[in-house]
Amino acid sequence: MTIKDRTAIVGIGQTVFGKGLEASELSLACQAISMAIDDAGLQPSEVDGLVMYSMENGREVEVARNVGLGDITYFGEIGYGGGAGCGAVGHAAMAVATGQCRVAVAWRARKRSAKGSRPWANVNARLGGAQQWTRPFGLLRPVDEIAMLARRYMHEFGCTRDHLANVALAFRKHANRNPVATMYEKKLTREDYMKARWISEPLCLFDNCLETDGALAVVIVSAERARDLKPRPAYIHSFAQSIPRQHQVMTNYFTEDPLLGPSWACARLLWQHSDFAPKDVPVAQLYDAFSPLIPLSLEGYGFCGRGEGAAFTQDGALEWPSGRLPTNTAGGGMSEAYVHGFNLVLEGVRQMRGTSTSQVDGAECCLVTSGEGVPTSALLLRR
Amino acid sequence: MESGFLLPDPEDDDAAPFWQGAARGELRVQTCASCGRRRMPPRPMCPSCRSLDHDWHTLSGRGTIWSFVVAHPPLLPAYQALAPYNVITVALDEDPSLRLVGNLVARPDGPINEIDPTTIRIGDRVQVVFQPVDDMHLPQWMRTDERR
Repeated sequence: MTIKDRTAIVGIGQTVFGKGLEASELSLACQAISMAIDDAGLQPSEVDGLVMYSMENGREVEVARNVGLGDITYFGEIGYGGGAGCGAVGHAAMAVATGQCRVAVAWRARKRSAKGSRPWANVNARLGGAQQWTRPFGLLRPVDEIAMLARRYMHEFGCTRDHLANVALAFRKHANRNPVATMYEKKLTREDYMKARWISEPLCLFDNCLETDGALAVVIVSAERARDLKPRPAYIHSFAQSIPRQHQVMTNYFTEDPLLGPSWACARLLWQHSDFAPKDVPVAQLYDAFSPLIPLSLEGYGFCGRGEGAAFTQDGALEWPSGRLPTNTAGGGMSEAYVHGFNLVLEGVRQMRGTSTSQVDGAECCLVTSGEGVPTSALLLRR
Repeated sequence: MESGFLLPDPEDDDAAPFWQGAARGELRVQTCASCGRRRMPPRPMCPSCRSLDHDWHTLSGRGTIWSFVVAHPPLLPAYQALAPYNVITVALDEDPSLRLVGNLVARPDGPINEIDPTTIRIGDRVQVVFQPVDDMHLPQWMRTDERR
């Protein structure tokens, strides 16, 4: 028994994206959840399931008390930061499919501009665990940790900065078509990319995601219930998570083959439970905290062979409307907003509804992925 | 901490013997006392045979640069003062899947920003040196003349 097509996302809500927003993370969460419930045409009192990122600052009880939710019979949280997004939706779907709740909400609210929002900047404590092997040497930020893998990937497989620029430019073009995207009015050229300042070589400014304040939420109900609601359902066709064997979060340098990231193990179950294969997927939302995660994910999820992810990005393959796989069609974490990847879930839903600002005509399904480089998760949404 | 560097806990449950070895100038790796497999980073249980018994074996301290980055601001103050600086990952000779992160330095007591980063190549041969930072000794790496 699987949960294939037994649940659907029927409501989506999101706040504005910005920097230095006044509202607290809890307030942002409540606003997005409230909008998602309205979008679904449901009442707050009908919500009886909640799933959130474990890094969320607002708690379930606070959300429930603010939004006026009903009796909650299922709640849970998913760890590992950006790896959690599809996992939160997937757990909500499993809870609905198994009758543990009937109307579930999953969300993410974040204020990157807030004090203390950067866990790597805590300088007071002695380091234990994995951090003691990397941080003393100045490998401090997530970008440094991924740059180490990126350099190795470029060395092993011939990936160049031009390939990474293909990623940044494609997502920026999509953001330029999306009025709510942070980079809606900001064009990016290949020359801009090549001249940008370094952050952690081989990665420059435009290989990095944005820093965003904002919140997004989705409502999940059974497929049966979805048919009675007004929005076109985005069915949760397949769902998977993975912690690959011997994985270490972010600084995954200690396995035999560190470039076989979490995508690979996640993809195996995702496609096993799916009626679609990678070749059938016309549009994707791939987690893009950093540009090199895209070629790694293209390989892991089977859109090309191992080592072919960089070459895949050539000839506008990631670009709407005519690329082989229009990717991050709202601009993604690099050009729409970085809310720990949860905006990718909502763009996947819009592609299934036919309401994206870069709509792929007749898209039957959309892959959505969460953080590569950390314990991860993925969803295949179906129209 | 005086240096402003982020430093390990010398009494870490799993890694304390590694840092004690570093203070004596030894690069030690946790090794299963039951099946003999080396593991890095250290941990309580052997993932191959589930034994809780382990020893610490001193390795040659020779290896090869597996990858590297060059960090630029914004960084924590003590590190930003040295930026841009390199951070390298070294694959150890005894088992290339055993890796350690450190910095490439020009002298045993040299700073982490002394090497011209444009000269660093994956595959460069390196040898461990141990540098005192506050109350700890950190494994760092110097190039050797060997070619691979």
